[in-house]
Amino acid sequence: MLKRNQLVLGNKSLKDVTDDICAPIERVPSKEWMGLFLTAKGLFLFYILTIAMVVSTGMGLLGVNHPVAWGTMIITFVFWVGIGHAGTLISAILFLFRQKWRTSVARSAEAMTVFAVATAGIFPLIHTGRPWLDFWLFPYPNQRGPLWVNFRSPLLWDVFAISTYATVSTVFWFVGLIPDLATVKDRAKNVIRYKIYGALSLGWRGTAKNWSHFEMIYLVLAGLSTPLVLSVHTIVSFDFAVSGLPGWHTTIFPPYFVAGAIFSGFAMVITLMSLVRIGFPQFKDYITIDHMEVMNKIIMMTGLMVGYAYGMEFLVAWYSGNDYERYVFMNRAMGPYAWSYWIMIFCNVVAPQVFWFKKVRRSIPAMFVVSIFVNIGMWFERFVITVTSLHRDFLPSNWGQYAWSYYDTAILVGSFGMFFTIFLLYLRVLPAVSIAEVKPVLGVGRDDEHSKKGAH
Amino acid sequence: MAKKRAIGGIAGIFLEEDTVVNAARKVREAGFTKFDAISPYPIHAMEEACGIKRSPIPYVTFIAGCVGLLAALALTYYTSVIDWPINIGGKPLFSLPAFIPIMFELTILFAALSSVGAFFYLCGMPKVDPPTIDKDLTCHKFAIFIPENDMGYNADRVEKMLKELGAVEIKKMADY
Repeated sequence: MLKRNQLVLGNKSLKDVTDDICAPIERVPSKEWMGLFLTAKGLFLFYILTIAMVVSTGMGLLGVNHPVAWGTMIITFVFWVGIGHAGTLISAILFLFRQKWRTSVARSAEAMTVFAVATAGIFPLIHTGRPWLDFWLFPYPNQRGPLWVNFRSPLLWDVFAISTYATVSTVFWFVGLIPDLATVKDRAKNVIRYKIYGALSLGWRGTAKNWSHFEMIYLVLAGLSTPLVLSVHTIVSFDFAVSGLPGWHTTIFPPYFVAGAIFSGFAMVITLMSLVRIGFPQFKDYITIDHMEVMNKIIMMTGLMVGYAYGMEFLVAWYSGNDYERYVFMNRAMGPYAWSYWIMIFCNVVAPQVFWFKKVRRSIPAMFVVSIFVNIGMWFERFVITVTSLHRDFLPSNWGQYAWSYYDTAILVGSFGMFFTIFLLYLRVLPAVSIAEVKPVLGVGRDDEHSKKGAH
Repeated sequence: MAKKRAIGGIAGIFLEEDTVVNAARKVREAGFTKFDAISPYPIHAMEEACGIKRSPIPYVTFIAGCVGLLAALALTYYTSVIDWPINIGGKPLFSLPAFIPIMFELTILFAALSSVGAFFYLCGMPKVDPPTIDKDLTCHKFAIFIPENDMGYNADRVEKMLKELGAVEIKKMADY
């Protein structure tokens, strides 16, 4: 019989697990954490300032103009929403498939989802140009008619999809946190800490009846999140696919977007987990090289899927016999934005191929570099889709370039500041590995008498 | 949940997962029905050992999902067909396929939030500062708690039984 590798290394006892995972939130932060946090925080403040300038002055500060009316805001929105998808995949879909290795990465991946969706959500709100009127996006009885939102518009579907996704992911994440918050509460040495975590844990006691309901709600939420996560990027892709523009109007978009989202999300999980392993060495026993290798395999597979989609788009453009469609794709690969297209191809299709080699799949520096490439490549994928399709459409008199400005760069870079600020804070205040979920899988792959623990 | 009269009882603390599951089974066989087993993580054999029925949450999920679906249909139909009909090229006002994404999202939203609400209700949460039997019960220890209003409760008998079943420590709780 094939022996399973241990999911948790170091023959931990139940107490060790609690101590290890709670340690980062119970001690004074390290210098490295402070350094990273201050950098991220600085970037976040810079981001807030940039947004304030864009909102107060107007969208004209960004490069969006005729004919490229969708720019950094939409590109980066799709990028961040995509990042979030891997978190839901790990926490919900792998849960339904009973993949036990997910337990130690699920919490942080789900946190990444929530923070990435929060980061993403800001972009369309600002992109409207008048963010103070954004509540108009929701259907509510009003004194303008009442004038209702257009339920036939993909942009409105997006409002519903993203807000539902943000709500359900947050609730899913929080429900999973409740038992661990009770653990942190019970360990609290001072009253303030006890009160805060006590309030957050909502009086969780861990009785058998509570656990029975807990497991059921977790299953139900996983079951609901699974179609939800697939629907979200499908609907995001409808923003493009439902229009009549060559390069956008294709049926391959929904699966292509979902595969790309999972691809980029796993790359971000690898980036973050590599950093977490460096910053909190005791987590190396929980987020092992085996975990990283499995995720690298998923990156390679989804990378091949997006590679297939890139090829298929060309084939369909040629096979359609439509001149405009053919032109858009030739223009992508050989026009003024060819550099972005080839960056995308290199980062998303070529770079992940190194994961065919087991040595690379199990090397932290190598996978970190590849994950950064994939992150860059997936941002460029959205850039290619958005900008190259818009900048040259049916009439040559209607052609133009995207007037990239410093504000575009500031918005893009600043959004990382927001994401990392929240993520670093999360690492300090909440258990970054699910304590209650790791304990039942402690026995997996062990030889001693505890091994029966993994059996049920 | 309504504030209940304080109910005390006796709790036995266990150190091993197998012992506590076995103890729970024996306590149940001894005729106790209101006892509770407390553990730091879900133990699957425990549900069977304690005779816990399947959680009713999925019924709530299903009903709430149906309500969400119908609510979304009603919302889109009322706004697009009745209250503000706009004729675009003679296309049908009730364009169902275009409403499906909204109906889908609201189904999920209603189902998820109602299920979580049901979960909180069933677990009696949120509860302010519940009495704690032992701080290690969320870390590495297990417990069985038998309330004093359970059938055939007798402090000495319960204490003796829990000790025989492998409890390393017995705690008398005034309120749980």
